[in-house]
Amino acid sequence: MTPRASLREAGFRRAGVDHASLLGGGVTLAATAGILAILIVILAVIVVNGAPSLSWRFITTSTARDMFDPDKAGVFPMLVGTSARVILMTLFVVPVGVITAIYLSEYARAASPLTRIIRGAVNNLAGVPSIVFGLFGLGFFIGFIGGTLDELAQGPAAEPRWGKPGILWASLTLAVMTLPVVIVATEESLRAIAPGLREASLALGATKFETVTRVVLPQALPGILTGGILAVSRAAGEVAPILFTGAAYYMATLPGSLTDQFMDLGYHVFVLSTQSPNIDQTKPILFATVLVLLLLTFSLNFVAILIRARIRRSQRAAH
Amino acid sequence: MGDSSSPAEARWRQLNTRRRRPLEWLAERVIFAVSLSAIVMVFLIFLFVAKESLPVFTGGVDSALVQPVRPVEDFDRLSRAELQAYLGLSDAEFARKDDETLRLLMEVKAEAQDEIPAEFREDKDARLNTAQWRYLLLPYQWTGYDAPAFIWQPISLIHKYNIVPLFIGSLKATLVALVFAVPLSVAAAIYVSQLAHPRLKEWLKPAIEMLAGIPSVVAGFFALIVMATVLEAPISAVAGWLGLPSSRLNALVAGLALGFAIIPVVFSIAEDALTSVPRSYVQGALALGASKWKAAWQIVLPAALPGVFAAVILGFGRAIGETMIVLMASGNASIVSWNIFDSTRTITATIAAELAEAVFGGHHYRMLFMLGTLLFIVTFASNFLADLVIHRLKARLEGRA
Repeated sequence: MTPRASLREAGFRRAGVDHASLLGGGVTLAATAGILAILIVILAVIVVNGAPSLSWRFITTSTARDMFDPDKAGVFPMLVGTSARVILMTLFVVPVGVITAIYLSEYARAASPLTRIIRGAVNNLAGVPSIVFGLFGLGFFIGFIGGTLDELAQGPAAEPRWGKPGILWASLTLAVMTLPVVIVATEESLRAIAPGLREASLALGATKFETVTRVVLPQALPGILTGGILAVSRAAGEVAPILFTGAAYYMATLPGSLTDQFMDLGYHVFVLSTQSPNIDQTKPILFATVLVLLLLTFSLNFVAILIRARIRRSQRAAH
Repeated sequence: MGDSSSPAEARWRQLNTRRRRPLEWLAERVIFAVSLSAIVMVFLIFLFVAKESLPVFTGGVDSALVQPVRPVEDFDRLSRAELQAYLGLSDAEFARKDDETLRLLMEVKAEAQDEIPAEFREDKDARLNTAQWRYLLLPYQWTGYDAPAFIWQPISLIHKYNIVPLFIGSLKATLVALVFAVPLSVAAAIYVSQLAHPRLKEWLKPAIEMLAGIPSVVAGFFALIVMATVLEAPISAVAGWLGLPSSRLNALVAGLALGFAIIPVVFSIAEDALTSVPRSYVQGALALGASKWKAAWQIVLPAALPGVFAAVILGFGRAIGETMIVLMASGNASIVSWNIFDSTRTITATIAAELAEAVFGGHHYRMLFMLGTLLFIVTFASNFLADLVIHRLKARLEGRA
């Protein structure tokens, strides 16, 4: 018996004539194509329906009072609110996330129980439902911290200033939610840096801290940037955590201080889709608002993916 | 050697002792402290969500419609503790209020009791504390019902807090999402990790993960405005054929949209698990004459199966915690039914829709936080399990265990 024949007897066939393989390959290819089709259909429907109503006037007008009227409505206050809350969030989440990633990648011993607990906590934080973050923001930031601040500042009976929903509390809630995003992205980029670079720095007499701050961190900047962008992109579209912590159905003015409530793009999509008195009349601006939100989150995501792909390439080159 | 003053030796010692830099030492302590923030946050989340719901668990909530009334004249006869319990105030709130306000609250409470319509006052359920666990979990025959039923109806005069319909609603939408998303994602993961050309893979992976960039409110909008309209006719036709009732917004529409949200999660984790199977497994199979598909299906997939299982668990956790999609697309009727064409109400949607109307610190408010606590526990457990499975799998594949 030839070797090939004995292989065939053992159940192996030559690739190409094997129907099971053709079928398997075909089904998995179809599944991949199906997922891409879902993505493309969603985007296409939104772009085709939203683009005609999207105009410079729509983006820069702030007649929020006529939010359901296609000729007058504009999303300017929502754009300002969403931008303000994500920028504020970045200020909190990026330093904390980057420092945690530095500890995990540069200082922590991989096998120590504490490191495993930190990693477990990061993973768990990433899996907490967004509505639970909303409850947490209400109970902790507004009820506990805000309530305490009010009591310290003005005594018990006065009108609450901090102990009510506001843009600061919404941003902090989102910062807690996006912490894992920043940690994971930063750590990935720290790992991509060639170990030789650190060793060279230490061999030249630099301390560990000097190595981290002057050699490792500058190299990791693109990764930190990616983490920040991904966090912003994730947070920009989130609605559930800000339902009770700061988003407003309607505001006559733009938020002027940290304790003001704000109008928000994502929440506005929810309002337009569910509260409109005449959904057919509202549809054009609804699609346009969704398109603005998608442009915001997708362009950010796209930039992050590009930077990340570049990091992965350099990682492969380094190892 | 004894001669410690030798310059060479002093220099040697200097090189060997670490230079003391108090600022750096401090900075490194700070780095360590900050790195604990994730642990602190998970702990605080549980603490503060559970804290608000604690009275539900300890039986400290009374949601009966008709309650014994103490007239304002009794103010001085009541002890402070009795007064606080009577008015249902927390310690902090109680401490914050002066006697004048407390008297006023007593008056308000007495007036509210006076205003209860007579037919409700006579209702057999009016004096029930509906926040007890037996009413939360077991069916009960409320006045006006023909049989015992599971009812979630917090905004009626007699507050009905049975959480069973909400759990069934959440599970129903989640199961639809898993049935739709898991086969699709796992098949795509097999294709991308095992069969696709490396160049194509580099392009496919981020493209599929782009799906994660669609905010859930946009997926909810898409389900509500586009999918529900397109699917309305086919769904009612299929439901009619099966002899089942159907509505425009239902568990199927919400579940499909939920599926969109969990596809990138399941795909990513499964793809990662499949990729972490050592190349030598595949090379061995190919060398024995197996086709690429056979190697993927019979060698790589079984080896990575725990990772695929973890992907499904994480998908489950994500789907059951998703809020905006189900809030917008599920129809939000809290009924007990396993029919996927029926309108359905999930735990998350209930919290999102009702918290704004709930009185701060009242029984409805505490009940919603209790739902949040249960949700946190469920997702925490599923995350923990998935984490454990992935960790074990990687250790095994890398030959560490």
